[in-house]
Amino acid sequence: MERFAELLDRLVFTSSRNAKLRLMGAYFRTVGDPDRGHALAALTGVLEFKEAKPGQIRGLVQARVDPVLFEWSYDYVGDLAETTALIWPAKPGANRKPEITQVVETLAETKRAHVPDLIARWLDALEPTERWALLKLITGGLRVGVSERLAKTALSEAFATDLAEIEEVWHGLSPPYRELFAWLEGRQGRPEIDTRAAFRPLMLANPLEDHELDQLDVENYRAEWKWDGIRVQLVAGGGVQRIFSRTGEEITGTFPEIADAMTFDAVLDGELLVVRQGVVASFNDLQQRLNRKTVTKELLRDYPAHVRLYDILFESAEDLRGLTFDDRRARLQAFLERTRPARMDASQLLPAAGMDDLKQLREEARRRGIEGLMLKRKDSTYVAGRPKGPWFKWKRDPLTLDAVLMYAQRGHGKRSSYFSDYTFGTWRPVTERASEEAANKSEVNGWELVPVGKAYFGFTDQELRQLDKWVRDHTVERYGPVRAVDPQLVLEVAFDAVHPSNRHKSGVAMRFPRVSRIRWDKPASEADTLENLEKLVER
Amino acid sequence: MPAPKPESWIQITDRGFHVAPGGFYVDPTRPVDYAVVTHGHADHARPDHGHVLATPETLAIMRHRYQDRAGRVHDPMRTGESRTIGEVTVRFVPAGHVLGSAQAVLEYRGSRVVVSGDYKRRSDPTCQAFEPVACDAFVTEATFGLPVFRHPDAAGEIRRLLAAREQFPERAILVGSYALGKAQRLISLIRAEGYDRPIYLHGALMGLCELYRELGIDLGPLARATGQNKKTLAGEIVLAPPAALNDRWARRLPEPLPTMASGWMRVRQRARQRGVELPLVISDHADWDELTQTLHDVGAPQVWVTHGSEEALCHWATQQGFRARALAVVGWGEEDADPEDSSAQEETAQTGQPGDRAHRAPGG
Repeated sequence: MERFAELLDRLVFTSSRNAKLRLMGAYFRTVGDPDRGHALAALTGVLEFKEAKPGQIRGLVQARVDPVLFEWSYDYVGDLAETTALIWPAKPGANRKPEITQVVETLAETKRAHVPDLIARWLDALEPTERWALLKLITGGLRVGVSERLAKTALSEAFATDLAEIEEVWHGLSPPYRELFAWLEGRQGRPEIDTRAAFRPLMLANPLEDHELDQLDVENYRAEWKWDGIRVQLVAGGGVQRIFSRTGEEITGTFPEIADAMTFDAVLDGELLVVRQGVVASFNDLQQRLNRKTVTKELLRDYPAHVRLYDILFESAEDLRGLTFDDRRARLQAFLERTRPARMDASQLLPAAGMDDLKQLREEARRRGIEGLMLKRKDSTYVAGRPKGPWFKWKRDPLTLDAVLMYAQRGHGKRSSYFSDYTFGTWRPVTERASEEAANKSEVNGWELVPVGKAYFGFTDQELRQLDKWVRDHTVERYGPVRAVDPQLVLEVAFDAVHPSNRHKSGVAMRFPRVSRIRWDKPASEADTLENLEKLVER
Repeated sequence: MPAPKPESWIQITDRGFHVAPGGFYVDPTRPVDYAVVTHGHADHARPDHGHVLATPETLAIMRHRYQDRAGRVHDPMRTGESRTIGEVTVRFVPAGHVLGSAQAVLEYRGSRVVVSGDYKRRSDPTCQAFEPVACDAFVTEATFGLPVFRHPDAAGEIRRLLAAREQFPERAILVGSYALGKAQRLISLIRAEGYDRPIYLHGALMGLCELYRELGIDLGPLARATGQNKKTLAGEIVLAPPAALNDRWARRLPEPLPTMASGWMRVRQRARQRGVELPLVISDHADWDELTQTLHDVGAPQVWVTHGSEEALCHWATQQGFRARALAVVGWGEEDADPEDSSAQEETAQTGQPGDRAHRAPGG
């Protein structure tokens, strides 16, 4: 448990991606089987055992320490696993320290009633950081900021192996991944797996820059809407249904109704959306469905998922990736007519004879609440990665808004000495209730600022230095890493869309907000009102 | 005649801990005519007193910090020596906190009170080790007076620091540490692991390190971090005050790996608020086990708890059969309370981070 605990402890404080890769890589290279395989499973969230409940942990610790001291300590620390790990009375030499393998295997075969006893004996044997790691592991929430993709990238770097190759075998393997490590270490060949159930790296599009417009041979491209959901790959056949995200993470469990509808034998590429009565809902609605481990009936009813299909990669065992786009599109249409899967349809190709038509379609995207256009060469084969030329995404022009900088927060990693995350607000009339809430510092002549979003990119390094200095010179209050500033600086904020949201105080949520210009010249009183922003909501 | 009760000859006033029959204060929080000072940290050793009785090292630290405001008369007394002031005898006994730190052992008509100041029980090559003294009332700090604070072995923490340095040779290892005591102890601990490269210092730490050297503490080769070529600091250890960790000063370093050495680092949320990538749990204060062990070792029937988590330590002491009470000495403990603590509360309230409960400093 010692090495695994040290790894988790380092990861939880490390924000830099490179540093995380290095820490994981060192672990995988120097820890043996099967411990490293179980650790890999824990990091990627595929371990399955009877999870301990927080109530059980609480019961164990309260039986061992003074309840008053425990409550005060818990108040202070704020996290049950951590409080327990720190306050647990040490019993050095009480038992043998368990390794992660022993924890995983023993939990799998122990009756639920005996689990608390088992945990107590382990806690007796371990050191505080190891206890914390054990408790995080068995209560099922590591939260160390590692995605499946990042863990695979760490393997790729640690063992100098192509990430795409690891991705192709990944979903055919299971913990503790002995044959994976044997292959990565060159001790045996690549694991033989049923590749039909595997993820295939996606083909991605490049943004279309303004100067590329004129050179585009429009007649060789097909146009379709750029749907604003999440890109998915559907893999089904031989009794297996799998949904992968763009980066190859399996998300089948999050969208059971889609998995149920995958009664075919094919690999399809499409956009996952929330669709009600044929109408595509906003990305905000889709967000209600993302990153959930359990899916309730209410969610399924209120946020029904749908896949709008772009492409077909395999039909049964036949690899179609070498065909042209036009040929694959014809195969996709024929396939859908024959199989008619529920909750799926094809993304329609848009008629466009020339550049003028395309420009008109792009204008129309805004009215329809669509992100923009996709342009795909009619003779393009399906190639993994982001090749330059065959596919373009042509987003509509962003919306902009003049907002007032209200708070700045320190960035992470390289940006930790800069105030680089900016919360900005727009004006609204002071309501009676708000003015009763005592000193509203941003109130000016009956108007107050309400935060509407947060942006942390869009500016150059030089602008960042200027903004950082401005924040330091205009700080009016400090809240740890956050500074409240004198509301005097106007930022022109660009964003792709704005949606109603009841999670935000302002009632709206922006999509992809970024700082497009710093309006050093503009007085704060001339910044936009919340009402202006609300008018841009697409319903 | 029975000895007087401790509370009959000691009062807490707005200037601090007052010993009436001696006409002096211990670690007064405002200027007084006669001060007995336990150690050089700014919350205990304040400027502008008249007569200051302290160890020679503490007086040197005060002169370094306050210069012409360090007190009118400096009266040095070594540990083990004693002095009678008015009707009270004062003796200094090592406290193990920082260089020069001493407990003040006060005796009046057969009644003995020990003001321990700040202390720890672990070995520290930069100062004399704590010695328990039997007494009628023991005055103790409680900076880490909650059972979640159990400091690990300091050498093990230093080995984690050195391992991180080897793992990230292109980065500067930036260690946040207080200027008096912590910085010098860290350097000594690093040296004890066989590390002999120069250790680089923020300007604010230079003076006290020089002073420690003059007072006979060997710290090995030290260099100023300011003015170095950025590249030369790759793979080097750099010490700076905590406030410089994630601020503009740190930009001169190559990809700094921010670490901090403090007992507060035991709590992850604290480390995270500081933007610390490698928390090192190293403290110059007694942890929970040291505090409770010390109360047993000293065996005083009365325990007065001054600063930190008073209520938790009082609760424990009462259960153990001590007569315990919290003494509210306003101003003690300021130097070692986590300075961002009160603001951290507000930040949590504002951003409402999930899973955070209120972050209250021990004792408010």
